Amino acid sequence: MTLIRTPSDIDPSEITPESVYRERRRFMQAGLALSGAALLGEAPFAQATVTPFTGLTRSAFSVDESQTEYKDVTGYNNFYEFGTGKEDPAANAHTLRTSPWSVTVEGECAKPGTYTLEDILKPHALEERIYRLRCVEGWSMVIPWIGFPLADLIKRFEPTGNAKYVEFETLRDPERMPGQRRSVLHWPYVEGLRMDEAMHPLTLMAVGLYGAALPKQNGAPIRLVVPWKYGFKSIKSIVKIRFVEQQPLSSWTRAAPDEYGFYSNVNPEVDHPRWSQRSERRIGEFLKRKTLMFNGYAEQVASLYAGMDLRKNF
Amino acid sequence: MKPWIKPTVFVLCLLPLAWLVFALLADRLGANPIEALTRETGEWTLRWLLITLCMTPLRKATRWIWPIRIRRMLGLFAFFYVCVHLSTYLWLDQFFDWGEIGRDILKRPFITVGMLGFVLLVPLAATSTNAMMRRLGRNWTRLHRLAYVVPALGVLHFWWLVKADVRTPFVYALLFVVLMLLRWKPVSLRGSNRGQISNLSP
Ligand code: HEM
Repeated sequence: MTLIRTPSDIDPSEITPESVYRERRRFMQAGLALSGAALLGEAPFAQATVTPFTGLTRSAFSVDESQTEYKDVTGYNNFYEFGTGKEDPAANAHTLRTSPWSVTVEGECAKPGTYTLEDILKPHALEERIYRLRCVEGWSMVIPWIGFPLADLIKRFEPTGNAKYVEFETLRDPERMPGQRRSVLHWPYVEGLRMDEAMHPLTLMAVGLYGAALPKQNGAPIRLVVPWKYGFKSIKSIVKIRFVEQQPLSSWTRAAPDEYGFYSNVNPEVDHPRWSQRSERRIGEFLKRKTLMFNGYAEQVASLYAGMDLRKNF
Repeated sequence: MKPWIKPTVFVLCLLPLAWLVFALLADRLGANPIEALTRETGEWTLRWLLITLCMTPLRKATRWIWPIRIRRMLGLFAFFYVCVHLSTYLWLDQFFDWGEIGRDILKRPFITVGMLGFVLLVPLAATSTNAMMRRLGRNWTRLHRLAYVVPALGVLHFWWLVKADVRTPFVYALLFVVLMLLRWKPVSLRGSNRGQISNLSP
């Protein structure tokens, strides 16, 4: 079993077929048309401009499954900073100001500091990765993200030997994030990964989806995507990255420690007290599907958890 | 009672379902229509239960007769909506996977409580006819006190299923408490005694 696959052992069928690419272009055009509509003052999404990315490389990690419609990816979200309803983020996120944006890097590393978004992005080649996303609530999507491996970013800050975990924080700005005016969760939203999870090649820093910049409701301007974990681990609108020795306390774990563990790996065998995790509804589909171990990424990530009791470390 | 009241209420009670069916067919229920359907029918069940509980206090406060005359129909509509709600769960959510349904009922507290609510509504619906009322006599009144238990279970069911934002179930809990308080002797006597007291005063 190979953990990281080199291009030579990628099955040709795993590379995005041309038809999907064409379909994606259609969505991009739809996105551009939408931005036109937005300029005319009839914004159907909380997104003012759509800048398409060019020169993207295809990723070997992409799945070959039909992608969830753009309107659903951008219209059905959990982003409690903008309200707890699924349609709230699309309706309210327009107030978020994503430029200027900076990310503060702290803790156990040689190069802490506050970096502008441009500084963060400059050295990285963007690639497209079509990943499954599985929400803890029992639904899933397939999303073509644009981004770069988190590992490449982390290396630039030269974490020390004490850096056992990476902790992330979302912007805290109750003025522009109306959901933060009530304490449904502990703000700012905090998430974390073990260092080896953060360095895993599947772990992505995303800046776009469907060929264009991230819509605000999807976590603009920069967010995490960890495809083998439940969606809430993939923290949005990141302003802080901290290298720490102790396991971070994430917002959902803090809210309900017996329901949302630190690892929160997708696992059909370990139920959430509210939802069986055995199956899921893929948005846009009628019948439910069986949920896959590690959301179908077991081949790549199972070894990270070798010897761990996943029932205890849920 | 005005003859148009009952048929009008009947039609009004069907409107939410009619809207849901229309919205489903017209693809207006959003990205996850099945979830929306389950949630809407669940919330309407709770609404009908609470609206049913409004009828007696309304009758007392206004002395109108119609609230009592439509009370049974409203209760039956609550039962009708919970049947649709349960069907969306059994069919569209679980596709009649009885093993999974059984595990849900045993392991997921919100489902356990919802199921209990449904089970308690069945005898109420079954004994809602005049004949049953006569046959059961005083036991009928006792049995139908379950009409207070079921909405409480419904509120708990709702409370336990939300992840973090309990605002909406809180509002329903508050409504339920108010409706119960209106039945509490010290509160309700004030209203109903007012007439008597003025009669007694010379
Ligand atoms: C008296 C009985 C019941 C009442 C009053 C009731 C009421 C509700 C309410 C108010 C909701 C939430 C709606 C929302 O989120 O806006 C709900 C959701 C739900 N109910 Fe019920 N319900 C009852 C019985 C049942 C039964 C018997 C089942 C299944 C065994 C059930 C399964 C569900 C499910 C699966 C959801 C959706 C949960 C989710 O989307 O996460 N309910 N119900």
